[in-house]
Amino acid sequence: MTDDAQARIAEMVAKSDVLLFMKGSPLFPQCGFSSRAVAILNHLGAEFDSVDVLQDQGVRQGIKAFSDWPTIPQLYVKGEFIGGSDIMMEMYESGELAQLFEQQGVVSAG
Amino acid sequence: MAMAADEIEALITTGIPDARVEITDLAGDGDHYAARVVAESFRGMPRIKQHQAVYAALGGRMGGVLHALQLTTAIPE
Repeated sequence: MTDDAQARIAEMVAKSDVLLFMKGSPLFPQCGFSSRAVAILNHLGAEFDSVDVLQDQGVRQGIKAFSDWPTIPQLYVKGEFIGGSDIMMEMYESGELAQLFEQQGVVSAG
Repeated sequence: MAMAADEIEALITTGIPDARVEITDLAGDGDHYAARVVAESFRGMPRIKQHQAVYAALGGRMGGVLHALQLTTAIPE
């Protein structure tokens, strides 16, 4: 089962340019940290997919090993692990996140 | 389920001996903390690795007994 979750996570990460593993959905985040991550992505105008880990125990546990990261949310851009909500906030405030999205071409026009 | 601030600080400095740690109890409930960890040994490490070093020092408590820890890492000026 664990290997199955790892394979599914790898597939999800490969499929989306910007992927947020979170608790709840972007419209109804179930945790303050996930809510903050969504707010940052929305504010930067990034199009993103999300995975609600509360709906999938395999992914909820598996993503921690996959990223070697103990908490949710977790952001992936073009298959690369960027960090959790603290790192997102730091990168947002310093302008690094906007820069990354621009470089990777994942920000929608306007 | 909660952890004391000095316990968190002790774990981090045990794992990262050159770290200077400031803990803020955000909600006053012993469960929501902010930690600022400054260490020379972070130099040259990407931010993710710096955070992973702190999580490693906390030895699996992060996301478990330690529910909410806002983490900021830095290199000494």
